[in-house]
Amino acid sequence: MRAHYGKATAAFAMVSALTLAGCAGGGGGDSTAGGEGGSSCEPSSGPVDLTFTTWVPGMDKVVDLWNEENPDIQVKVQTGPNGNSGTYQNFFNQLQAGNAPDLGQIEYDALPNFRVQDGLENIASCENVSDAEDQFVDWTWGQVTFGEDDAVYAVPQDSGPMAMFYRKDLFEQAGIEVPTTWEEYAAAAEEIKAQGSYITNFPRGDVNWFAGNVWQAGGQWFSNDDEGWDVNLTGEESEQVANYWQGLLEKDQVSTLPSFSDEWNASFNEGDQWTWISAVWGASTLATGAPDTSGKWAVAPMPQWEDGGTAAGNWGGSSTAVLKGSEHPYEAAQFALWLNTDPEALALANELGGLYPAAKSATDLEAFSGGVEYFGGQKIYDVFAEASSNVDPNFTWGPTMTQTYTDVSDGFGKAIGGDGTLMDALTSGEEATVESLKSQSIPVKE
Amino acid sequence: MSAAAAAPVSTRKSVRRGNAPRGPRHSIMSRTGAMLIMGVFTLYFLTPIWWLLVSSTKTGGQITGTAPLWFTMESIPTFFSNIGRLFTYSDGVFGRWLLNSAIYAGLGALLGTIIAAMCGYALAKYEFKGREAIFNIVLSGVLVPATALALPLFLIFSEVKLTNTLWAVFLPSLVSPFGVYLARIYAAASVPGELLEAARLDGSGEIRTFFTVSTRLMAPALVTIFLFQFVAIWNNFFLPLIMLRDQTLFPVTLGLYAWNSQISQIPELRVLVIVGALVSILPLIAAFLALQRFWSSGLGAGSVK
Repeated sequence: MRAHYGKATAAFAMVSALTLAGCAGGGGGDSTAGGEGGSSCEPSSGPVDLTFTTWVPGMDKVVDLWNEENPDIQVKVQTGPNGNSGTYQNFFNQLQAGNAPDLGQIEYDALPNFRVQDGLENIASCENVSDAEDQFVDWTWGQVTFGEDDAVYAVPQDSGPMAMFYRKDLFEQAGIEVPTTWEEYAAAAEEIKAQGSYITNFPRGDVNWFAGNVWQAGGQWFSNDDEGWDVNLTGEESEQVANYWQGLLEKDQVSTLPSFSDEWNASFNEGDQWTWISAVWGASTLATGAPDTSGKWAVAPMPQWEDGGTAAGNWGGSSTAVLKGSEHPYEAAQFALWLNTDPEALALANELGGLYPAAKSATDLEAFSGGVEYFGGQKIYDVFAEASSNVDPNFTWGPTMTQTYTDVSDGFGKAIGGDGTLMDALTSGEEATVESLKSQSIPVKE
Repeated sequence: MSAAAAAPVSTRKSVRRGNAPRGPRHSIMSRTGAMLIMGVFTLYFLTPIWWLLVSSTKTGGQITGTAPLWFTMESIPTFFSNIGRLFTYSDGVFGRWLLNSAIYAGLGALLGTIIAAMCGYALAKYEFKGREAIFNIVLSGVLVPATALALPLFLIFSEVKLTNTLWAVFLPSLVSPFGVYLARIYAAASVPGELLEAARLDGSGEIRTFFTVSTRLMAPALVTIFLFQFVAIWNNFFLPLIMLRDQTLFPVTLGLYAWNSQISQIPELRVLVIVGALVSILPLIAAFLALQRFWSSGLGAGSVK
């Protein structure tokens, strides 16, 4: 088992060697020790101090619970801006300087980047870690193992299964059926536009939202094997999704406000938007941004490409990773497991930080079992739990998502301005991604 | 301030009398034009601040739901409840950030000013080998943006295990090439060599002369350097972003940025970021108003040389 290399591992290992050569002096000496797979993971003797960098508000309170119960493993929480706003760059700097925190919060779409740069400790051989697979929603476990054998690079923390928020009252008043397929959704968009409103907003800046839709359609943007990475932003499913939204844009049936901006919030608050295809965390975004519409919303599964389908996408979510160079991977892994499975910890992280846990036991939590007032008392989390179990577990993120997002979103911006199409944006985004991988000496298949 | 206010009055008088004024001729057209342009710019710069002030008196929903540039009926109580939430959210960490900024900017600017003053003074008043070379090297430091130095500084501080400490932000803040430049120019112009000679004859040591005689003559320049440094450190963002992980060490800029990056997850932070931004510019405004007179005279001194 120890010497077994999965196909994917080989590509990762090759890449790691290449990138490591580029940053000499990185790591505290043990970055090359152990190799892949079953490096030993033994408990340290004596008291251990760990550092954990996260940007989830209130995480320090959650960690206090752990510190009370584990006097010998004390965890110190450090915070910062969210990942792409600076914390990831800091992690890379710190990995290079050899003083990275023991644990770090990393979103699923950034994990491959850290994996390729050899920034993650494989904790598969740490006690209880590999056995924890059953405790997490299938697709989240796929995100932290990359499908490699005998490998676990992080513990899933939260997820963002997608569904459709919609204005129940407006649909009823207008006598429009709540759409269950994308075809019905487009028909509804036309009727709603005739009434002077929009069915939804197309978020040009949120490429990961778009990816969530491709994910639902069964598409794959990235895959990798021993010959390198395959970049495919323009596959059949991506084209289907791109053309669909392009159609709505051209008919001016969706608005194009910048997401989460004031005018975006206002358009929801004033009833200009009838639906929002979004992730589970969108519930609190709506409740805060559109307080005047309380009680008028409801949640339904995402519209489907096939009649009677159940596929769902995912938007967001993160993991707790043990970063390379940690002197206490065993203790760090135990903490990460506790943080993301302990019912008390999960409940508090939801209350203070708004996290929707990746652990299956989330459905038992009080916070996710009752009706939500803002949604007229609907048990909305049942819908999201169902969606979560219908997310394709094989979706893979690329190793340069920040760059991919930027390039595609630039193209989306142009497409909205009438210069090109969404599909053009994906095409140029794919080209730019291939260039970026090549420039970092990451093997690409063409 | 007073000079600026007096000038237009006297011009208006002379125009009315029809006498040719001693200064440059002002036609009504050009004056109106100038006022118009200044008015537009004033509006341009003040509108965001006005928006900030107005928005800080609203609740999350009101920011989007009400007129953006005017108050609501319950503005005053909302403002105070916002301020209350700002200083109690997350165990009152915002107060800590303000204090940190005050320490970094206040102490940093004070020490930085003294160091820059001593350097500039030495370069202006002492003849020694390599003086011009040193000055030119310091001057070239003005051209290097602080952002470009942040990452190398991080690696250096990592070597000596000082990252994520107060020193990681404080020590780099002490250095101000522009301050040295200004101090040299000003010392050369305002501190007469004869005075230093006299002090030496009276038995005063160099250090004592510097602190008792020279610094007083250089006061306007020192205030200018202090203000520049204070503003630069207060607004410094990239260095703390890279250096600090412990949020109790954050300056207010970084803290607000961190909050702002979480708005999509925790929407209630929007109001706190807005109120926090308003509170965080108050010390800058206070510093400017208090030191304004010195500020303008100090700037002028550098320019005529």
